[in-house]
Amino acid sequence: MNQFMEWITQPWPWYVAGPMIGLTVPALLIVGNKSFGISSSLRHVCAACIPAGIPFFTYNWKKEMWNLLFVLGILIGGFIATTFLANPNEIVIAEQTQAELSAIGITDFSGLLPADIFSWENLFTAKGLLFFVVGGFLVGFGTRYAGGCTSGHAIMGISSLQWPSLVATIFFMVGGFLMTHVIMEPLMKLVGF
Amino acid sequence: MKVLEKKIKADVCDAPNSRVDHDKGIELLKYLIIGVIFGIVFVKAEIISWFRIQEMFRLQSFFMYGVIGSAILTGLISIQLIKRLGIKTIHGEPINIPTKEFRKGQIIGGFIFGLGWALTGACPGPLFAQIGSGFTVIFITFLSAIAGTWVYGKFSDKLPN
Repeated sequence: MNQFMEWITQPWPWYVAGPMIGLTVPALLIVGNKSFGISSSLRHVCAACIPAGIPFFTYNWKKEMWNLLFVLGILIGGFIATTFLANPNEIVIAEQTQAELSAIGITDFSGLLPADIFSWENLFTAKGLLFFVVGGFLVGFGTRYAGGCTSGHAIMGISSLQWPSLVATIFFMVGGFLMTHVIMEPLMKLVGF
Repeated sequence: MKVLEKKIKADVCDAPNSRVDHDKGIELLKYLIIGVIFGIVFVKAEIISWFRIQEMFRLQSFFMYGVIGSAILTGLISIQLIKRLGIKTIHGEPINIPTKEFRKGQIIGGFIFGLGWALTGACPGPLFAQIGSGFTVIFITFLSAIAGTWVYGKFSDKLPN
């Protein structure tokens, strides 16, 4: 049992995590003919709570309840993994990434998310505005405009051989590369790093 | 007639899932369970880490490419098996995968999401897992993502698509 716990609390390698994520695709199809996708849940929340008569949100969101339960499950899974299966050691980050992030003002490399950015104290600061408010907005707006996110397009779309999903995935990466290599450093200076 | 057309259009989701009768009440729990397993994988493989996403976009670690690549490969093989063997759902219905039509949004919206992905270090799935992991401030990111989705919905007919 101890050995099992030791094994399961270690960070899982990509060749375990990737196939398990991939298996979500047939699992959802087989249990209920559902297409794997997560960002739609944000739309269903809008439809359920703040439809405001907008046609885009005027549909029977209750029919999509499965999707809301699926994301609630993800949240609970996050809680279970952190509470019972947590890795006792610090996260291992590529040396070069750590060096480059140190150079732009990140000092905390102990957790999954840097406390320099992701803490409640930053909420009403320029840092919070950039990383929580602007960042979240871009994710919500962009995924809906693109009609899907990493799960719906990159995984479900590409694995069902749909070229529009490949296009979307390429542009996810283009946006990410541009932000990481060009825009992030000046933005971080601007917000006080 | 015009009103009716609009109604029909609004009824169609990006991934139209026609709910069948057995997907009610307790039957819906199966999706919760799949979500729980998925959330555990997200945390245990540290996919929810902002640092992993930075490593990916800085091309300094193979990890995320390995995760996404092997997930796609597993999905691809599974879908091929489902199609070729004619596998049906547990309720005996034929499996239906909706076709995605190409739109300009996949380029513009995809690019915008990419910007946000690098900033937040999270696509929508990991957002939920981060909140569950105790990074409660991510709830603000989540609310903002809801706002982003809502603004898109509000102006969707005015945006190029």
